[in-house]
Amino acid sequence: MIRISENANVDTVIKLVTVAIGMFAFVFVVMVPLYDVLCDALGINGKTSGEAYSSVQAGVDDSREITIQFVATNNEGMPWDFGPSVTVMKVNPGAVNDTVFHARNPLPEAMVAQAIPSVSPARAAEYFHKTECFCFNQQPLDGESSAEMPLQFIVDMDLPRDIRTITLSYTIFDVTEMAGGVAVR
Amino acid sequence: MGDHHHGPAKGITRWLFTTNHKDIGTMYLWFSFAMFILGGAFAMIIRAELFQPGMQLVEPAFFNQMTTLHGLVMVFGAIMPSFVGLANWMIPLMIGAPDMALPRMNNWSFWILPPTFLMLASTLFMEGGAPAFGWTFYAPLSTTYAPPSVTLFIFSVHVLGLSSIMGSINIIATVMNMRAPGMTYMKMPLFVWTWLITAFLLVAVMPVLAGAVTMMLMDIHFGTSFFSAAGGGDPVLFQHIFWFFGHPEVYIIILPAFGVVSQIIPAFSRKPLFGYDSMVYATAAIAFLSFIVWAHHMYTVGMPVAGELFFMYATMLIAVPTGVKVFNWISTMWRGSLTFETPMLFSIGFLILFTIGGFTGLMLSIAPADFQYHDSYFVVAHFHYVMVAGAVFSMTAAIYYWLPKWCGRMYNEAMGKTHFWISFVGFNLAFFPQHFVGLAGMPRRIPDYALQFADFNMMSSIGAFIYGASQILFLYNVIATIVSGKPTSDEKVWDGAEGLEWTVATPAPYHTFETPPRIDPAHAHS
Repeated sequence: MIRISENANVDTVIKLVTVAIGMFAFVFVVMVPLYDVLCDALGINGKTSGEAYSSVQAGVDDSREITIQFVATNNEGMPWDFGPSVTVMKVNPGAVNDTVFHARNPLPEAMVAQAIPSVSPARAAEYFHKTECFCFNQQPLDGESSAEMPLQFIVDMDLPRDIRTITLSYTIFDVTEMAGGVAVR
Repeated sequence: MGDHHHGPAKGITRWLFTTNHKDIGTMYLWFSFAMFILGGAFAMIIRAELFQPGMQLVEPAFFNQMTTLHGLVMVFGAIMPSFVGLANWMIPLMIGAPDMALPRMNNWSFWILPPTFLMLASTLFMEGGAPAFGWTFYAPLSTTYAPPSVTLFIFSVHVLGLSSIMGSINIIATVMNMRAPGMTYMKMPLFVWTWLITAFLLVAVMPVLAGAVTMMLMDIHFGTSFFSAAGGGDPVLFQHIFWFFGHPEVYIIILPAFGVVSQIIPAFSRKPLFGYDSMVYATAAIAFLSFIVWAHHMYTVGMPVAGELFFMYATMLIAVPTGVKVFNWISTMWRGSLTFETPMLFSIGFLILFTIGGFTGLMLSIAPADFQYHDSYFVVAHFHYVMVAGAVFSMTAAIYYWLPKWCGRMYNEAMGKTHFWISFVGFNLAFFPQHFVGLAGMPRRIPDYALQFADFNMMSSIGAFIYGASQILFLYNVIATIVSGKPTSDEKVWDGAEGLEWTVATPAPYHTFETPPRIDPAHAHS
């Protein structure tokens, strides 16, 4: 054992206080980032990647069709009208698909919104690639105006064959107060 | 220490400025008993409301405050400080040290507690009421939807953590540096061993709790989004951090209780503890495993199957070292010259009821089954079997066991035994039926319930009232002992008791072991 102080009690106290401070730091610098990294890497928790997918698929798998369902939810207190233009699409893995969500701000003042995606089954999250998504950025909208928000996605060719339906859910949050703050997806 | 012996200072300053481990231990014990009564009063309100279906006595919002404060006060105010008090009193006596290693810090770690709980209790009178999000304070209930009092709650958790960390550092420094010559680690009484390991757990996880509440504070007041999905955070992250603290926390509560019964059962079996070495290793194994099983509290959050399986198997593994302990206690009693004084009765009560709580824990560890049990009264029954019949019963046993040594007077044995039997019956009447209503689907933390649960809930409430009332008897017995108990001056109050604490005079003098005791190298652990 390394001795930091001649006095045995001082030595013990210094070491243990170091451990305590280290554990406090551990929560912030290890647990929080590690949680995000693990969720991203493993696609667990239904989290999809927060960045645009830029690879190209080898081709289009015409042998099967995947049903994509779109769900939109307003977080508590969020007054926008928000929803998909079509609720169900049938797509082939590998193909590039486009759809739009519509949003309307019924209040007189301008607001900023953030949509948070979640994929179900969670196992499908890593195979659901978005090349373009309104959820990558905060979405400002003037008072009493509406907008169409585009979504472009590719279902991976390697999607396990037992998955035939993927549900993509968006929850829209009012982030007007914290707009411009932390990075969001 | 001077050449002359001096007693304690006079008046209130004795208690305010004391650095004496016995004084501080006494204050911890009285304080934790007061918190036990306060938390118990909250429990009585809960059980009175649940006496009959329908809303009877309190508003749902107030009911939520009661369940929250009951948990917080019992865990952080009653159980943890009571064992710290016991550690203060007994560890120096058991290892032959004159005092704790850091006496001034010891004073401070006690005296920051009472104002903290005063502050926490005062939130009951705040606008918006006391915290009402359960003792586990899951985000976003404790962030987005919390009452304004949550900020005071966060501050009190910070201070409680600080107190626990200081207390633990003191215990570790005492055990590592202050043992009498010849008192090797493997000769230490098991209570000292379990506390040493508990103290390491506390130093490791109390900062994690502090981190969790700090994140809450930042989310609420400084616009961060650790637990808010809108800003890229995740409320499930809160549960991971909380239970990374929370699971070791339950062993922090129960390990010292294991230590206590490991002292008492040999004394009244008149045999050395069976399997001392395996007890030490089992304690260490439980402490290690406690760090890798946290997610069994959150099977239903939607983990991948691989995660569920890992946490399920790791959790079941804890049954092995715990089983080693239970079998060792039974083997200690096997063919012993048993007598059944009050401390022994409470220890045997602990052994039986804790084992039941362990088995229901094993049931809850089964991930697919847990989806049915989750957040039901079955969970409430399970953790009261390990918290009350585990920690509180063993603490009660400890008080009866060492009280004559502390004050030089015997407690009333008949009253003690009466206390045990009323407690035992009341406890089981209160909590055993909760297994049934839980399996049948009654959710926890709800002030009303479906009619088919009425009979069992009434039984449960009556049992709770009986158990609560029996603590008044306990308080009376302790006060009567201190004031007018039959004086005893036997150094060894119990003929079968072993250990250095039974070599000092009775009542224990204000200063002990100013010269270290001699420990016979041939003598086994006590």
